[in-house]
Amino acid sequence: MEHIHKFKFFAFLAGFLLSFGISYSGMINPNKILAFLDVAGDWDPTLLFVLGGAVVVTLITFRFVMRMPKPLLSHKFMLPTLTKADRPLIIGQLLFGIGWGLIGYCPGPVFSALALGYAEPVIVMAAMIAGAFLYKWLQAAK
Amino acid sequence: MENFTPVTGLIGGIIIGLAATLLLWFNGRIAGISGIFNGLVTNKKNHDTFWRLLFILGMVAGGLAHQHFIEPSYQPLNAPLWLLVIGGLLVGFGTSMGSGCASGHGVCGLGRLSVRSLTAVLIFLSMGILTTFVVRHVLGGL
Repeated sequence: MEHIHKFKFFAFLAGFLLSFGISYSGMINPNKILAFLDVAGDWDPTLLFVLGGAVVVTLITFRFVMRMPKPLLSHKFMLPTLTKADRPLIIGQLLFGIGWGLIGYCPGPVFSALALGYAEPVIVMAAMIAGAFLYKWLQAAK
Repeated sequence: MENFTPVTGLIGGIIIGLAATLLLWFNGRIAGISGIFNGLVTNKKNHDTFWRLLFILGMVAGGLAHQHFIEPSYQPLNAPLWLLVIGGLLVGFGTSMGSGCASGHGVCGLGRLSVRSLTAVLIFLSMGILTTFVVRHVLGGL
């Protein structure tokens, strides 16, 4: 039996906190992302500190969490089953990287910035949805 | 490096890591934003739909809360529409095909010591850097 209301509350809270961290770190700003990617220009290495800070935390906490028989509010951990880098992963990440380098938006900052009163994140979100459906349709057509 | 902000970057990164910890510890789910969102929009309604929606709403609220209570840190790119659309399509398609983005593969995957995720991170980082280099230093901007 899942503690369904608590489960939903923690989904909201995790999204809230994640987005607050993205905003606080400055990664909500696509100009700052592009300044990181532009290693040959006026380089801004901040992203390395953001990713480093986040991964140091998950490296420690995930070890403890994964030793639990099950999560607090659910009957089991839902983890990715694939462990090897296959063709779809490689091609997909190549395409994602090109898109990221073109506009400096990845999915997280799009949602953090979605309701701040600018059209840009809304446009990017709409195009992201179209891209996700395009992949799904190509898969279904196979 | 005039815009380099390592301290807020590190603190924001730690908050991001704690948010991912919360979702795994309580709900048993990986905080992969593209996976949560793509599943929300491309899957038929199922028992995961509502918590995914709440997670995304939490993200939208987290960005708003930071802007109102701490300080505005978002600046639009002011990129042309066609570029936002092409970039967004690539991000949506690529993260669907490559099963994840910076949060799922970066923050969570590296925390789980996943080789598949490490491969993903190295590919999207190097493609992002390469793309930005071509756009800014070969083409002279778009």
